[in-house]
Amino acid sequence: MPPRLRLTGITKRYAATLANSDVNLTIGPGEIHALLGENGAGKSTLVKIIYGFVRPDSGEIAWEGEPVQIPDPNAARKLGVGMVFQHFSLFESLTVAENIALGLGATETIAELTKRIEEISRRYGLAVTPTRHVHHLSVGERQRVEIVRCLLQSPRLLIMDEPTSVLTPQEAEGLFDVLRRLSSEGCSVLYISHKLEEIKALCERATVLRGGRVVGHCDPRISSEQQMAEMMIGGALPVAHRTSALHEGAPCLQIERLSLPADEPFGTNLRDISLTLRDGEILGVAGVAGNGQKEILAVLSGERLSPDAGSVRVCGTAAGHLGPTARRRLGLAFIPEERIGRGAVGEFSLTENGLLTAYGSGFVRGGLIRFGAIAQYARDIIKRFVVKAAGIEARGSSLSGGNMQKFIVGREMGTNPRVLLAAHPTWGVDIGAAIAIRQALMDLAAAGSGVLVVSEDLAELFEISDKIAVLFHGRLSVPKPTNETSIEEVGLLMGGGTEAGASPVVAHAA
Amino acid sequence: MHEVEIAVAIAVATLRAATPLMLAGFGELITERSGVLNLGVEGMMLMGASVGFIGTVATGSPILGLLLAMLAGAALALVFGVLTLSLMANQVATGLALTIFGVGFSALVGVNWVGTPLQGLSTDIWPSLSTAPPMVQQLMLLDPLVWVAVLLPFVVQWFIYRTRAGMILRAVGESSDVAHALGYSVLRIRYFAVLFGGAMSGLAGAYLSLAYSPMWSENMVAGRGWIALALVVFSTWKPLWLALGSLLFGFVTIAQFQAEGLGLALSPHLLAMLPYIATIVVLVLISRDATRLKLNAPAALGRPFHATA
Amino acid sequence: MRLSLEARERPARIMTWASPLLAAVGSVIGVSILFAALGRPPLTALYVLFVAPLETLDGLAELALKATPLLLCAIGIAIGCRAEVWNIGAEGQFTVGAICGGGVALALGGGGAWWLLPLMILAGIAGGMAWAGIAAFLKTRFNAHEILTTLMLTYISIQLLGYLVHGPWQDPDGHSFPQTKQFEDDALLPMLIEGTRLHVGALFALAAVPFGSILLGRTMMGFRIRTVGAAPAAARYAGFSRNGVVWFCLLLSGGMAGLAGICEVAGPDGQLTPVISPGYGFAAIIVAFLGRLNPVGILFSSALMALLYLGGEGLQVSMQLPIAVTGTVQGMLLFFLLGADVLINYRVRLRPARAVAGVARHA
Repeated sequence: MPPRLRLTGITKRYAATLANSDVNLTIGPGEIHALLGENGAGKSTLVKIIYGFVRPDSGEIAWEGEPVQIPDPNAARKLGVGMVFQHFSLFESLTVAENIALGLGATETIAELTKRIEEISRRYGLAVTPTRHVHHLSVGERQRVEIVRCLLQSPRLLIMDEPTSVLTPQEAEGLFDVLRRLSSEGCSVLYISHKLEEIKALCERATVLRGGRVVGHCDPRISSEQQMAEMMIGGALPVAHRTSALHEGAPCLQIERLSLPADEPFGTNLRDISLTLRDGEILGVAGVAGNGQKEILAVLSGERLSPDAGSVRVCGTAAGHLGPTARRRLGLAFIPEERIGRGAVGEFSLTENGLLTAYGSGFVRGGLIRFGAIAQYARDIIKRFVVKAAGIEARGSSLSGGNMQKFIVGREMGTNPRVLLAAHPTWGVDIGAAIAIRQALMDLAAAGSGVLVVSEDLAELFEISDKIAVLFHGRLSVPKPTNETSIEEVGLLMGGGTEAGASPVVAHAA
Repeated sequence: MHEVEIAVAIAVATLRAATPLMLAGFGELITERSGVLNLGVEGMMLMGASVGFIGTVATGSPILGLLLAMLAGAALALVFGVLTLSLMANQVATGLALTIFGVGFSALVGVNWVGTPLQGLSTDIWPSLSTAPPMVQQLMLLDPLVWVAVLLPFVVQWFIYRTRAGMILRAVGESSDVAHALGYSVLRIRYFAVLFGGAMSGLAGAYLSLAYSPMWSENMVAGRGWIALALVVFSTWKPLWLALGSLLFGFVTIAQFQAEGLGLALSPHLLAMLPYIATIVVLVLISRDATRLKLNAPAALGRPFHATA
Repeated sequence: MRLSLEARERPARIMTWASPLLAAVGSVIGVSILFAALGRPPLTALYVLFVAPLETLDGLAELALKATPLLLCAIGIAIGCRAEVWNIGAEGQFTVGAICGGGVALALGGGGAWWLLPLMILAGIAGGMAWAGIAAFLKTRFNAHEILTTLMLTYISIQLLGYLVHGPWQDPDGHSFPQTKQFEDDALLPMLIEGTRLHVGALFALAAVPFGSILLGRTMMGFRIRTVGAAPAAARYAGFSRNGVVWFCLLLSGGMAGLAGICEVAGPDGQLTPVISPGYGFAAIIVAFLGRLNPVGILFSSALMALLYLGGEGLQVSMQLPIAVTGTVQGMLLFFLLGADVLINYRVRLRPARAVAGVARHA
């Protein structure tokens, strides 16, 4: 039997970068094939080529032995390629059935389609309700809608781009069952992920990309995670070290019985949240996106004020009524989730981006900006955090995601905060930078500051946190010391399990 | 009996005053539903008004005049489309430019036609006019474009919520990136929506110069394009609400005549402020609930789209 | 082959300056076609439009005179645009500024007091600020979009002026013309150059250039403004109050437009009439964009726009072209600029034509 898909010598160049260089890839029928590589290794370009978004500059695509061209996604779908995107391609304001109808480009009526959706959904155990609006759905449900949409087209190759980054470990297990079942029915799967333990559990072959080239193949069932990681980064894996032991410091950040309705459409209401972060401690907040992470961070950073000043305390001072500037003055710093557009301004130079939050630290006199001083500050950050940039005048948007993040981390740490909030600090950052950032967070805690890390990456939280709490539907579980809990237990809490005291409602007798 | 006659007269006048707002408003509603904010309605209406007027006088055919007006509006919309869709210019700035250009160019084109008399749109579309009771006659004397405007909300409502094309339009307006990812041609759909909006604005302008007050004068649209834009916001992009808003505004616009009817001696200048003040009041009422506005607005409104390929 | 756009890795700085030139060239070509279509010799018309006004001292003074309100309004508008606060009702703030300042002149003029002119100017600024302040209040309190509110306020202000000059403020000896009395001499701005109409208002306008530059480039307030405009989420994150910036921008641009308004009526006009502006407030929007929302750039673009006004008047006199030519050319200029600006962030590439959609198998 010819391979389902064979790519030969695929090359794609963007203005200055070679995104794919002479890439070969072969996927057999029914094979679950992993595509590995760091950010910027060329995975997404390659996937875009297979799905018809991007046309390669040179190279051949053969589908079941026959050479083909894939000029657009419709052509890919006609061949039998289905794709589940990392950022879901669903329309919030439309119903599930409407969304699927748009994805199929078919002429059947919504009623006919609804029947077919229910059929597929039963067959694979993918629970979806066709009449619901997408904005009501959880991320897990959304992913199921995407998968159902693909399955309705009877795909022979399914591309999954980082599918588990938004799932609880248990949901991910369920997804793997579906994928294994598809594979047994002869559908090939191209699986893209940076979670090596998943790849070991699921995939039978792997192709590793680095700098746009194929640098190796392996059998993930045999190779170790360490070996695969080293193939991806092309060198020995650096390790982060925790430099201090646990100790009970004074509380530096407290939330007390805070409930707050969402201020955005489709936002999450915060329900009776209590939390204490102590000096020298790293507290990890786990949870699936959309369970109140954005909201709790906004209420801590001061971007959103709480009605009761005392419900948030920064270093002992009631701060619920204070805006971000005043909280920064109390010693709080914040690394937000979005880099360009929130943590930094794309059109601004690094100097100006340094000023963005450091302006309170003596860089403004009489309303005038002290450009010399702030430039020096930016230069120091670049040096200390090894930010790759064309200099302090480089625009924020010209930096890679990882380097921008290092700059933001450096800027927030540069003011010696007593409390640091970090949202998804290493998301989308290459391995080297991620380790540097984790190290910086741990060093800050070792120096006596409190660090609150919100992340979807459980492995990361378990690596750096002293305690872990879980957000679910706007409620925060009681933090547990990391060595007294497990990924399974946290996973259950992420999915709404109530054991182990997920609802601390009765904890306070007010 | 007298009161009933006055009520019918007011209803007729309200409908007539609401018609240009509905025509332009529904054009803009479709444009905005596709995710494009065209602030050039006023300019496109002016072009429609002058070209429609000239076309009708020159050819003697109001139908041709209306068609030319729609073409003129669409032509201006095409300029907007090329700049904002293909060249990704800022939609707000380009819309403003469109209005500034439309004000000037319509005046330039129409300069020799100021004061030319015109009979107005023919209203005898109904056969047995003379046998009908007088009040029905009044309604039947409404020109055909008013009837188009009356039907429009229902047609647009059906199109947006009941057809596949309408579904695609809503989808593109919510997320151009997702629509693109699914293989829809975002630009083509947006071009259609923008051109439709332009043609409808042209039609609305022509209604003013051919039917509402059959004549051409510089800047005769007098802010109705902007009011139509405000009404689209007021409607939270829902067709039936847009119709309601237009009727409300039609009613306010004829306040001048009502005041005269009631024997109020107010300065015409102060009365002429009313529609603008009403626009502000309506905007305030509707914008106050920011969440609701956000919930209903096409999410991609005003954002440029560039396929990264 | 077909044209396609490819995003640049960083904006081309040279294009920031080349694009207005490109736009100017495009406009000259467009205008020539327009003149030809109107049956006028394009070259002669271009000469009348762009060169003739610059040939005399009087012409230059008139240029500065017309550039004054444009410059004042445009710098205010541009500062707002940097924060994505779209004050497109400068025309209305100009009008209310003129009404307020003019009201002071009518009420207190003739006494020869030294404080009369300063008071008029302050009243003009306050009037413009108050008018724009309404929009700021509606925006910050009720979230009502300033594009629509400032514009509606413009229509209202024009009716207000109409009401005043037709009604309570009408000159009783004016043969029922809709106009006020002529201002007394002590309520008129001093002239800068004898024999011309250029008055000291031009100095305010000139001073606005360094003021705007320093504000935007060197001060924390300017940094806040630019952050709110470039990335609202970053501004919220940094702790910059959006409402504060909205108030600041609208009050500042309103005050500058009001200053322009009172300078106009206390300068060349010397009285209030129903039409005190040939659309300066709207043209200033074009001026602001043409000048790249940069005060120094606006200095040049306001001069260009003033030239268009003068040239348009020239065309009206010597070639019997309607004054509407000015607005048409202004709009065209802005179109070309907006179109040419794409080159700053994208480069144009020639690409082979796309294959027909669908799967092309070449087995």
